[in-house]
Amino acid sequence: MLAVRIIPCLDIRDGRVVKGVRFQSLRDAGSPEECAERYEAQGADEIVLLDVSATPEGRRTAVETVCRVRARLSIPLTVGGGVRTIDDAAALLDAGADKVGVNTAAVEDPSLLTRLADRFGRQCTVLALDAARNLEPSAISHQPSAEIGNHRSEITDRPGYKGAFFGPASEALGTPDSAQATSGKQHSVLGRWEVVTLSGKKRTGIDAVQWAKDAAAAGAGEILLTSWDRDGTRSGYDLDLIRAVSSAVQVPIIASGGANTPDHLFEALVAGADAVLAASIFHDSDLTVGDVKRALAARGVEVRL
Amino acid sequence: MAATVAIIDYGMGNPGSIRNMFGRLGVDAPITSERATIQSADKLVLPGVGAFDHAVRSLHGRGLWDLLNDEVTEKRKPILGICLGAQLLTARSEEGVLPGFGWLDAETVRFRPDGGGSALRIPHMGWNTVTQMRPHPLFEGMFEEPRFYFVHSYHIVCRDQSDVLATTSYGIQFASAVSRGNICGTQFHPEKSHKFGMKVLENFARI
Repeated sequence: MLAVRIIPCLDIRDGRVVKGVRFQSLRDAGSPEECAERYEAQGADEIVLLDVSATPEGRRTAVETVCRVRARLSIPLTVGGGVRTIDDAAALLDAGADKVGVNTAAVEDPSLLTRLADRFGRQCTVLALDAARNLEPSAISHQPSAEIGNHRSEITDRPGYKGAFFGPASEALGTPDSAQATSGKQHSVLGRWEVVTLSGKKRTGIDAVQWAKDAAAAGAGEILLTSWDRDGTRSGYDLDLIRAVSSAVQVPIIASGGANTPDHLFEALVAGADAVLAASIFHDSDLTVGDVKRALAARGVEVRL
Repeated sequence: MAATVAIIDYGMGNPGSIRNMFGRLGVDAPITSERATIQSADKLVLPGVGAFDHAVRSLHGRGLWDLLNDEVTEKRKPILGICLGAQLLTARSEEGVLPGFGWLDAETVRFRPDGGGSALRIPHMGWNTVTQMRPHPLFEGMFEEPRFYFVHSYHIVCRDQSDVLATTSYGIQFASAVSRGNICGTQFHPEKSHKFGMKVLENFARI
């Protein structure tokens, strides 16, 4: 039976692992190859490297980083961050990446996914989809409490934020996941999430669920689905988002953004994710990948132990 | 191990991780499209990621098709096809129109999304269990049901069931490893399958 995949994510800047809420208060967390090797030994099923370098020099370093990590790893390696062209992807694949994630460039030109799939195969072509809930500022009080403190100002202060784009405000209202889980088909309402690009700086006005469908049709063989609202909050994955996207497409879904406990991972898998990505749970807690997998196995989840 | 393994380079995917693993095992495994290197190697690995027809064309275009036919069917050199490389051992694929090597009486078909009655994610991606159907050196020293890493949308169907070396369940039971004589193939990626994958490559180098 196919096992779910537990995937540690390493944010890489200028050849070093950094951690913290993405792009904020980054701290050095060691060498990528040492981190990756440690996670592989703990039982990681795959490793994702996300290059968050801000400069062309940093990007060039990323290719060297992939080479060094690949030389030590005997599990699959996905690399994303700043991939804009076929040549960018080719450089990373040549360096030893098994899959390449594209985000902003694919939103700007969806044919990039088709060209990547034609050249390297769908199984190499990962859509990194960053989704943010469409919220009216007045709806914030309906959100789970963890989101209020961390994200209210961040959401409304983001450049390009234009509020809810789709449907009546009542459909865009967020309700706690526990309420959603018992309330039937609300999660299928379109337009509750909007695609964000440029590391969350740009809200695109594109419906995230529709974009997932279009991207899979264009050539994406997998979707790395990140909740921009939950990323770095450690308040759990956006389960409604996972349900909505995983039921809309046939390609595998990696859930990302918000994990802090094995329970969070369990919830995401129950919601329909085929794999779960996490960073802080592994970087900052005493839990190893193996600990998390044993906790999932104890709850009946098929894992590779 | 003194045996050399030639990893066939025909521009389909990056076989660097296969060479890396052989390197850790102390096996000399050049990535090559050179005739002389392939002819002098003890064994061959046919890797591959991408589309079936593109792979067939690339092999023809680099003058490797007839060479491999000769090495495998005349000289009976051991060959391990991996993923698309394993599918190329079959006669044809639903993915394309060009004929495969046809060394196995088998063909390659697409996973049906409704296979086994439940909605299947395609590609089949991740770590799945592999059940050996008969003894074979490739699986020597292996746990009963080891997990390997898969990523594919097409799978092999053998007309001769005795060619099925191992099966895996994904909606249906499919042939996840095949072999006949000197020819073997794995639908999974041993080079990305950690310790069990390394064991398969080690076993192949020892065959």
